[in-house]
Amino acid sequence: MNTFASRFASTGPLAELKRAQKDVEDDEFSDTMWGTQAGFGSLAKGVPTFTVPNLPDPSAFLRLHTDDHADPNCKIKIAHGTTTLAFRFKGGVIVAVDSRATAGSYVASGTVKKVIEINPYLLGTMAGGAADCQYWETYLGMHCRLHELRNRERISVSAASKFLSNLVYGYKGMGLSMGTMVCGWDKTGPAIFYVDSDGTRLKGDLFSVGSGSTFAYGVLDQGYHWDLTDAEAQELGRRSIYAAGHRDAFSGNTCNLYHVKENGWEFIGNYDVSKMHYDGPGDVAGSAGVGYGYDIRVEGRSSANPPA
Amino acid sequence: METSFAITGKGYTIVASDTTAARSIVKMKVDEDRIKVLSSHLLMACSGEPGDTIQFSEFVERNIRLFQIRNNYSLKPSAAAAWIRRSLAQSLRSRKPYSVNLLLGGYDTTSHRPHLYWVDYLGTMTEVPFAAHGYGSYFVLSLLDKYHDPEAPLEEGLAVLKRCMDEVAKRLIVNPSAYKIKIVDKDGVREIEL
Repeated sequence: MNTFASRFASTGPLAELKRAQKDVEDDEFSDTMWGTQAGFGSLAKGVPTFTVPNLPDPSAFLRLHTDDHADPNCKIKIAHGTTTLAFRFKGGVIVAVDSRATAGSYVASGTVKKVIEINPYLLGTMAGGAADCQYWETYLGMHCRLHELRNRERISVSAASKFLSNLVYGYKGMGLSMGTMVCGWDKTGPAIFYVDSDGTRLKGDLFSVGSGSTFAYGVLDQGYHWDLTDAEAQELGRRSIYAAGHRDAFSGNTCNLYHVKENGWEFIGNYDVSKMHYDGPGDVAGSAGVGYGYDIRVEGRSSANPPA
Repeated sequence: METSFAITGKGYTIVASDTTAARSIVKMKVDEDRIKVLSSHLLMACSGEPGDTIQFSEFVERNIRLFQIRNNYSLKPSAAAAWIRRSLAQSLRSRKPYSVNLLLGGYDTTSHRPHLYWVDYLGTMTEVPFAAHGYGSYFVLSLLDKYHDPEAPLEEGLAVLKRCMDEVAKRLIVNPSAYKIKIVDKDGVREIEL
């Protein structure tokens, strides 16, 4: 009798479970509905809503526990410092990132993969909250695949980045933190879009994001032009990440380098920043074979000017 | 915030500082000279709290001059830098400290070496081959790591300085409209236009 009654009760664990299942079913769009609503999708199912923490003000709650500027003893430290860059040139797109994750002043990891391989033609970079970037860009990859299956063609970089920017815009003010570059090669050629959690989406030739971006820009801007060779471009990406790794305390450890060409992206290599400082990047295309470090580069040179 | 940078090269130091004096969102003046000539072979670029910069640089200027009058010779760049740093450090521990950041460029006529000192308002001092203060430093330090050459002749040094100014103009939101550039070498101090 007891089990029979609980099946119809509006409180209790079973009812809770039923409600949850119903919520999940309501949230899902049926795949057969796609492309058949003539742009009136929101009318068929109502305006889509998001699931957020069950609190009066979720963003204030998040800030309370993560803002280490206001409270250095806050419980959750979000991984923040980073340098990422991407630029377009005649040979495709170069994507270079560092690999350091910091939580406050603590170096939490030196081997983070900040380039997210969305699919063989699309790369996303990670700056800001590591979890936010990793989760949403993987989610983006899922939807890019669905796009392929529905439309029998690859998603454009423009469309993929717009999906991401619309998605994060829906969470605006709720504490998402990401600054990302969606890079790839589509029908229109190489493309880069900068997307961040404010909802900004910018198309461009050259971007750098993160706490070390200013240092990377300093080297990147001065060495950049459209007609770079592949080797020169890869070297510029590496050198710029080194500069940021050297000057910015929140960036460093190693540099991951990717090159996007017509047939998809290619991983070029992983380079230790300290090694680049003292010995250079090693035996790679475009490298002069000497350390990037100032003291190493100018060793034995003096500004003294005694009369002959 | 004001931007200033300085580089050394073969037998010279170049000091450059932007010339805008701003208050809140308003540009009050566009040709303010922030580089003081302290002696025949010594320059000081001063940035930081408005008021403090002028008071402190004039205090330094008069004391360097006083030393010259009393002793009939001027302080070497290293000695002047040490004295200036100590003045700042003493001020820091007073009731109302000067909050000024300095770049000291000089030429030592006895050893024929150019000198450059980076000093901040906390009294930190370090001798460097190139230096920068202000927001511009975030862009030009990495640039100078790559392009600075201690043996560069003056023309090359000025070309590198031009790169720095171009980069700051390209990336900084409020880019300085003009720079005052002064050079100190064996012949003394002179001002140039780029």
